[in-house]
Amino acid sequence: MPVSELQEFFVDPGRCIGCNACVQACGECDTHKGSSMIQLDYIDYASSPQTVPVICMHCQSPTCAEVCPADAIKRMADGVVMTARKPRCIACNNCVLACPFGVPKMHTEMHLMMKCDMCYDRSSVGKKPMCASVCPSQALFFGTRAEIEKLRPNSRPINTFKFGGQSIKTKVNMMVPKHIPIEQLDITAAIYDPTVSINLEDELWFANVSVSEVSV
Amino acid sequence: MSTEDFENASVAPDGQPAEEQPVWRQEYPIDWSASEYVTRREFTRLLLVTSFAFVVGQAWIVLSSLAKKVSAAQPPRVEIATVDQVPVGGSLLFYYPTDNSPCLLVHLKIDQYVAFNQKCTHLSCPVLPEVDQGRFHCPCHEGEFDIQTGVPLAGPPRRRLPQVTLEFANGRIYATGIEEGVA
Repeated sequence: MPVSELQEFFVDPGRCIGCNACVQACGECDTHKGSSMIQLDYIDYASSPQTVPVICMHCQSPTCAEVCPADAIKRMADGVVMTARKPRCIACNNCVLACPFGVPKMHTEMHLMMKCDMCYDRSSVGKKPMCASVCPSQALFFGTRAEIEKLRPNSRPINTFKFGGQSIKTKVNMMVPKHIPIEQLDITAAIYDPTVSINLEDELWFANVSVSEVSV
Repeated sequence: MSTEDFENASVAPDGQPAEEQPVWRQEYPIDWSASEYVTRREFTRLLLVTSFAFVVGQAWIVLSSLAKKVSAAQPPRVEIATVDQVPVGGSLLFYYPTDNSPCLLVHLKIDQYVAFNQKCTHLSCPVLPEVDQGRFHCPCHEGEFDIQTGVPLAGPPRRRLPQVTLEFANGRIYATGIEEGVA
């Protein structure tokens, strides 16, 4: 049974309070073999306590699967990219190096790459993924588009990312402020222009927009 | 972007349609629905169904052979030859009980006749009677049978030749039945 078309994942990094509840809950999902696949990244550890949860974005053209030499990473019809198939994974680390979001994790002791699969056992039967079900501030939100519009009147979801010359469309949406006129999030530019992340409000850390564009 | 876009197959990095992709990309698709992935469970199911078919086949063989035994009619009494038709040491080919089963009538000594199916029990070659050496000889694989009892003596055959029971009346020889033997 595929994940319902109506239900989508929305990540709102500005709401993350760094409580680690998602990290704990992720390890308790039945298909995750007891290990957590979320990590909580600090945006700029020196200057801010702001964290952001990193979950798989479930790309439309998943780079991890493109580089897999063993044909172990598969994308379901509903767009969810699965953990490597255990009988095929050769633990070569290609996916770990290739993923632009830094999601796949190599479990050397299991000889297996594991990554966020949107808790497929749960989401495919209409339940929320573990992380979204425990997140106290709903920085990780799983629900319909109508719900998120009602809950976040000042934000809008965006699911196109730009890495250098490559644009990536994802199944998971990132919430950005409604008034910023951008169509895609330019990650590379944000990395090479640190002023962006320092001068903007925390919620805009990822957006490659100049300060003048935003009335902060 | 609506989730409907994800219903379609994933797009290659160069954005070209699937037909224009290199062979390796077509043969190893990323999409689960397009890939011919046999899960362990599916394979186990195949094994289970196959072995169940074998069990059914075995049962069918047993039942059909039982049914054949039950319904087997007593072969008819058929006149083969007259007594003076076969000299001592000579043999006569006849077909009993059907035209497909050649049998040999052998006159061993005076008034001592035996009859056996001619098909070797190894690979159904016709056996040849060698009365002076007291054996049936199969030239295909050098099989030998005792000429009096049909018991295999040498070579690959392990089962005896089916014996045709004979009856004598008024100087005529009749075949009355077939005795299958194991050894």
